[in-house]
Amino acid sequence: MDNRNFIAKRAAAYFKPGDVVNLGIGIPSLCGSYAVDGVLFQSENGFIGIGSTVKGGLMENSRFVNAGGVHFIPVPGASAFDVAMSCGVIRSGRLAATVLGGLQVSARGDLANWSTPGRAFGMGGAMDLCNGSRKVIVAMELVARGGSPKIVEECTLPLTALSCVDHIVTDRCVINVTKDGLVLSEIRKGHTVEEIQAAVVPKLLVAPDLIEMEED
Amino acid sequence: MELSKVRTIEQIVACFKDGQTIAIGGQTNQYMPDQLIQCVIDSGARHLTIYSIDSSDPNMGISRLIETGAVDRMITTHVGTNPLTNARIQNGTLKAELIPMGTFIERIRCGGMGLGGVLTKTGIGTVVEKGKQVIEVDGQRYLLETALHADVALTRCRRADPLGNLTYSGSSGHASHPVIATCADLSIVECDHFCDLGEIGPDEVKVPGMFVDMILA
Repeated sequence: MDNRNFIAKRAAAYFKPGDVVNLGIGIPSLCGSYAVDGVLFQSENGFIGIGSTVKGGLMENSRFVNAGGVHFIPVPGASAFDVAMSCGVIRSGRLAATVLGGLQVSARGDLANWSTPGRAFGMGGAMDLCNGSRKVIVAMELVARGGSPKIVEECTLPLTALSCVDHIVTDRCVINVTKDGLVLSEIRKGHTVEEIQAAVVPKLLVAPDLIEMEED
Repeated sequence: MELSKVRTIEQIVACFKDGQTIAIGGQTNQYMPDQLIQCVIDSGARHLTIYSIDSSDPNMGISRLIETGAVDRMITTHVGTNPLTNARIQNGTLKAELIPMGTFIERIRCGGMGLGGVLTKTGIGTVVEKGKQVIEVDGQRYLLETALHADVALTRCRRADPLGNLTYSGSSGHASHPVIATCADLSIVECDHFCDLGEIGPDEVKVPGMFVDMILA
């Protein structure tokens, strides 16, 4: 399993049957393949009950596409609505979780994921998701390309939301954001606490029950 | 039938003028009102302001309009998949105000529903807060987000009848279309299926015909 799917699989382990969950583009979009039965996936453009991906054939049509541009088949019990209703679902705390990509996460769980110098992506639904989801999971590589830290004291990039992140799931570890600080709770086989600490800026607390991340 | 709101392409092309604000439904290149976007391009109208969820991908949807140089300004939520839009933003030929999706659609909804604005927590503590009024209600801080009203709205729907009663289908088949269809002085819609009067039952109508002015059938 590659790192991207490894991260997605671990992030999906937070979902429980009955949860309605929103997945961002990139690594988070892979979580759907690893979720337990009974989880419903929501899409910002107006849907709950996104099913399997479809490419070509009679079932592909432009009315059933998720916010990431992927064609899908609805699951039984799915519902369709407009973006106003969809963002209402998000803001009102009805989503059990969202999984988003991250550019930077700060020591107190601020997230920056929508803009870099010289290139504006736009926040899309990310600010609403961070504001309204009951659990915010950031799924990302621990460090940026080139090795610079993505977990920092203060975000220098434009913020998506303040103190919103609950869990950071990476290719090497899981870090929880708590009121005491960042807690290293899981570590991947072959990596050490010292090595993880060296790759992030804030001082990490180490969970007393630190466990090894599950490989497939 | 004289009361029919069906119009020809020529009649629709004649509606677009320099300097207009045009709200366009659709997202992620899917289920865009492509025929109506072509009408704007064919009209030659310039210095437009566009309200839309995103700017599509190069050579698709809204980007086709931007690429003609007809658009001066956008209020949108995401341009990350379009390097052409990004280049115009960076070199200053396109002014883009990027706002959260929930805030965008609520501002549009306010513009259509006769409201002055809404209160939302989304954007608190970020650049979105800059220049906005913060209002405290029951000890909670909210941003005041004001209404967006357009001159023209361009949307697509699954079915329309001659009075402009509209139905939708799917996720991308809904998206921002039902809300955008309400937010302008002139609401023009293109439909997949044009129905006889009475063929769409009252319970099926998502946007009542009174919000719709013209139909490209």
